[in-house]
Amino acid sequence: MIHQYDVVIVGAGIAGLTAGLQASETCKVAVISKVYAPRSHSGSAQGGMAAALGNEEDDCWEWHMFDTVKGGDYLVDQDMAEILAREAPERVIELEHLGVPFSRNEAGKIEQRRFGGHTRNLGEAPVKRSCYASDRTGRVIMDTLYDNCLVRGVKIYNEVFVMSLLISKGKCCGVSGYALATGEPIVFHAKAVLLATGGCGRIFKTTSMSFAATGDGFAAAFNAGVALEDMEFVQFHPTGIYGLGILVSEAARAEGGILRNGKGDRFMERYASTLKDLAPRDIISRAILTEIAEGRGVEGSDYVYLDLSHLRKAMQEQKLSEVTSFVKTYLGIDATKDPIPVAPTCHYMMGGVPTDAQGRVLADGKTQSLPGLYAAGECACVSVHGANRLGTNSLVDLVVFGKRAGKDISNYVKENPLQLFPTDAESAVATKIDSLLASTGNERMGEIRSEMQRTMTQQCSVFRDNNNLKQALNKIRQLKNRFGNIGLTSKGKAFNYELEDALELENMLNLAEIIVFCALQRQESRGSHYRNDYPERDDAGWLKHTLAAKVQNGLQINYKHVTVTRFEPKARVY
Amino acid sequence: MQVKLKVFRFNPQTNKQPHYEYFTVEAKPTERVLDCLNKIRWEQDGSLAYRMSCGHGICGSDGMTINNVSALACQKLVQNYEASKEIVVEPLSVFPIVKDLVVDLEPFFEREKSVHPSAGIVLTEAEGYGENLQTPDQRAQFDDDIKCIMCACCVSACPISQKEDPAYVGPAAIVRAHRYIFDSRIKNELERLAIMDKPHGARTCKGYFKCTQVCPKGIQITKHIFEVKRRILDELHPKQ
Repeated sequence: MIHQYDVVIVGAGIAGLTAGLQASETCKVAVISKVYAPRSHSGSAQGGMAAALGNEEDDCWEWHMFDTVKGGDYLVDQDMAEILAREAPERVIELEHLGVPFSRNEAGKIEQRRFGGHTRNLGEAPVKRSCYASDRTGRVIMDTLYDNCLVRGVKIYNEVFVMSLLISKGKCCGVSGYALATGEPIVFHAKAVLLATGGCGRIFKTTSMSFAATGDGFAAAFNAGVALEDMEFVQFHPTGIYGLGILVSEAARAEGGILRNGKGDRFMERYASTLKDLAPRDIISRAILTEIAEGRGVEGSDYVYLDLSHLRKAMQEQKLSEVTSFVKTYLGIDATKDPIPVAPTCHYMMGGVPTDAQGRVLADGKTQSLPGLYAAGECACVSVHGANRLGTNSLVDLVVFGKRAGKDISNYVKENPLQLFPTDAESAVATKIDSLLASTGNERMGEIRSEMQRTMTQQCSVFRDNNNLKQALNKIRQLKNRFGNIGLTSKGKAFNYELEDALELENMLNLAEIIVFCALQRQESRGSHYRNDYPERDDAGWLKHTLAAKVQNGLQINYKHVTVTRFEPKARVY
Repeated sequence: MQVKLKVFRFNPQTNKQPHYEYFTVEAKPTERVLDCLNKIRWEQDGSLAYRMSCGHGICGSDGMTINNVSALACQKLVQNYEASKEIVVEPLSVFPIVKDLVVDLEPFFEREKSVHPSAGIVLTEAEGYGENLQTPDQRAQFDDDIKCIMCACCVSACPISQKEDPAYVGPAAIVRAHRYIFDSRIKNELERLAIMDKPHGARTCKGYFKCTQVCPKGIQITKHIFEVKRRILDELHPKQ
């Protein structure tokens, strides 16, 4: 089946819906989701959205920009961070005007709370910058955008798996994939395509990300010849529920929660004397794993405690109701009485599809455009998060750059005709699906996936080194070979989730290889990328973005400069 | 421990009638029913169809019927059920079954959409640049509604949706309407109330409380439906 629109948006999370809503003012818009649209992973965002509104105390966008740059360990492109911080307040107000139910302070204004790495006056002390709605901020923003999209006629296609970008005469002119319900090819022919497909946390064994976070957008762009930027920078959130990886929002520490080791000590005082438990995530994740490695985990095990027992007031006020219900459901713990066992969990990809400030994809990561192709949100790399994203800077990224992409798409659609698209678009999908369904190899996908996840978690997560990365690279390449010999047991086409599993696993193996390969090249420690064998940041050698492109016999690595405007790189101390 | 599951199976392409299949998986008492289903699909039978995404009760994908109760498979742990008996897993009730545990939710989302007037979501206009003001008390009026994740468990459990009036708009859609009706910033409250006042609307609810009982997010659904009914009466059919 072939559908025709002005613009097709892949992904119905907050970035996709923001761009869709914006573009719908002048264009015919389709939003495609691999799941039902309201199931998108933006809904899991808990803590809030950073914007220097100053509703609680003095704040200004320059401070927000500085914190973003320093939080990203100076790998942030500062012109982009300036856009993010300057436009954030306007976007929050705009969301409020669309109906987003932010929590309120006594003055009736949007309430704000502290969050990791957000400070007043360039690092003096924590500042209340995060606009939030209880601990379900992502959910309510996404739902409000979804409702607005519905009433404004944005067409939503649920349960469509996008496999490829369609490129014709150097321009992007649509996407192809299949409908999960039927297994039949489905093609969207459009003037412009926006990728808003989120991250790929499922590459790792323990993650806060949904099962759907398999990086299909990264893979589609990469396969179409786009270089991926800074893929070695993977964020591990310090407080995943032990064993499950489910997120305990940083809001818990923003409201006063304290991390304690097995001895009951507040260990963050030793790692970040000013911000303590509200230091950036990379620093806290390393601190937790250092405590554990030095024998100070709880009862000699590999977790620490997050203590919220003194926060009865915040809990009564429903500021942490999701968090308290998660630990009740999964651990049987009453957070008002007992500490929560936590350990780092894969949470966010700082890297992704390189774009300019308008969301336009840069095919080579530098200057070469790919007209008609846009990216926004976690799957994009603008780069505002650099080597480590600050909490609550993700939601603001989604709406600031989602909006900008939506605006630019409107203009692009006005000025450009619909391209003819490849005539084999449908048949290429059918061929791929048929060959997977016909596969009879003896490798089991479940085993390959588990081994990939174990390898990435053991050898390419918070602490890395040359030996482990080399072993991981070999292992992932072996797994890719084994994937060539899988056999699907389920042969039907309707809702064949084994087929979807196969396509996702293929994407994840490719991305795992890219992450490991880029991590192996970067011989320094910066933000989330920590090398035991190169423990220092090296600005002379490595203040540059990594670009990984597909070439005939593997991966080609390039680098590009980091834009520094207001803040010269300095030592990163909190 | 060994966990036994009795799973509803139906593939319209190959089966004339639905049937049940039995599986045994190795799982810890603290693992989710969803983990058990994943073990079946990943290790035993790749053809088993069910939806899932976030795995922790936020996305609303894995609503199904577990031991006769509508629930999220990711929110129920093995230890929530009697160890000696099998866990019976079936699709949500009310909705057409598409394959195994997958149901057609288009009618559900159509009804969610139907609560919006054609004018959409119209807010009072804030003065100058800035947010609309709303006190914490005003905000609290609909705080419970915004927990909704549209999992459809409430509709599946509702005796009216099941039998008495299949055209009933259903509890989830009324919660959605309540969220906007009770938001002090929204101007077009009356239009939304009029939609709720239509046949098969909010007034259809008889207060069985089944929705409230099963809601995975603990929303006091019946209470909110009754608040909408009361508001319809006060605003659209006032005492003469």
